[in-house]
Amino acid sequence: MASLHFTQNLTRHTDCPTAELAAATVAELFERYFESWPAVRDYVLDNQGEVRHHVKVLVDGRNLRDRRKLMDSLNPDSEVYVFQALSGG
Amino acid sequence: MASRLLVGTRKGLFVVGRHRGGWRIDRAELLGDPVTMTLAEPDGTLHAAQDMGHFGVKMKRSRDGGATWEERPVPQYPPKPEDVVDLDPMRNTPIPWNVMKVWSLEAGRPGELWCGSIPGGLFQSTDGGDSWRLVENLWRHPDRKFWVGGGADYPGLHSILVDPRDPNVVRLGVSCGGVWMTRDGGESWDCYGQGLRADYAPPDQAFERRGQDVHRLSQCRTAPDHIWIQHHNGIFRSTDGGLTCTEITNAKPSVFGFPVVVHPEEPNTAWFVPGKKDQWRYPVDGALVVSRTRDGGQSFEVLKNGLPQQHAYDVVYRHGLDIAADGDTLAFGSTTGNLFVSEDQGEHWHNVSCYLPPIYSVRFANVA
Repeated sequence: MASLHFTQNLTRHTDCPTAELAAATVAELFERYFESWPAVRDYVLDNQGEVRHHVKVLVDGRNLRDRRKLMDSLNPDSEVYVFQALSGG
Repeated sequence: MASRLLVGTRKGLFVVGRHRGGWRIDRAELLGDPVTMTLAEPDGTLHAAQDMGHFGVKMKRSRDGGATWEERPVPQYPPKPEDVVDLDPMRNTPIPWNVMKVWSLEAGRPGELWCGSIPGGLFQSTDGGDSWRLVENLWRHPDRKFWVGGGADYPGLHSILVDPRDPNVVRLGVSCGGVWMTRDGGESWDCYGQGLRADYAPPDQAFERRGQDVHRLSQCRTAPDHIWIQHHNGIFRSTDGGLTCTEITNAKPSVFGFPVVVHPEEPNTAWFVPGKKDQWRYPVDGALVVSRTRDGGQSFEVLKNGLPQQHAYDVVYRHGLDIAADGDTLAFGSTTGNLFVSEDQGEHWHNVSCYLPPIYSVRFANVA
């Protein structure tokens, strides 16, 4: 199961606990997560479903490649982190 | 007599109240995040639009005068169809179909809200902000391709005037996109403002209505065809509901500025906060003043009693000046965190605070 973690800075605004979910892509991981935590979607994705301009997503230590469709593939034990970028503050 | 002010700032929302001995800050709410716009509905419900930078725009609502806030849905642009080409005409780059900032909020009928955004979309709610829909016929209007950014990179819808005689009649100010109006509740839209002039454009485009950088529109409540416009280029006035506009060139100490308010019952009386145009954008000679006309723009008085007259570099944004329903009480707030109130139409100003964060909007509110 892939695990999804969020920056502490986001917990100030909305509940977003770490979760472990079965998913083949980052898009699938997020969609599964939003089923339980729907309010988080709008903090991470923009109106077009793309990663917000100043949100940073790391997949197993590297930056997410497909910020539009989030089709980066995951391993069963992948770690995905959502941070706020240093830009945009 | 007005009694409450909502002050939206770079670091949150401040509720300011009138007390014996003067005005003071009663509440600091939503601290830490920019509040780009506020609205107090007639029933006392408060709305605040936040710009969280990293995490986008958020909408909050309070039904207890600001003591508690609930998160409400944010206006959303629909998915952009793959075959739609929507380019900024200056840079030839795609216009994002994302709410980048909530720049205006107004109430219409009971439960009806209008929301203007950067990059230019207008949204309507008929359930008090529980849901929103994009006003498609304005967003898909072919003349939107003339709109460009002014200040921000993308166009912004900053003024929404719901006609007091008929809530189906709504006028808009767009920077830079001119003055727009619907007479049928948002189904159809046209651009008006004949006579607006842009001296920052080539001569043959100076009167192009669809590219005018109107900074702010203000409508007289009891004479709604009287509309005052602070424009990038100067001051304009319309007496026919925005169809035609007349330029006013004799305002002192300058015609440049962002905000304007008109008296609710005296359409010839309006206030401005002038600045040294437009490459400088600070008070002329470092002296912060408010200008007022009482004769429809034929003459202007410079009001400075209580305002700093040396080394003041305050800019008052387009939503930073308001007049209360009583027609006597005015307030304005600046980028350097100064907040002033006058209870005598601007003759005397009282400093409420000079330590606030940069102020984006100042609005009088009826809050219990």
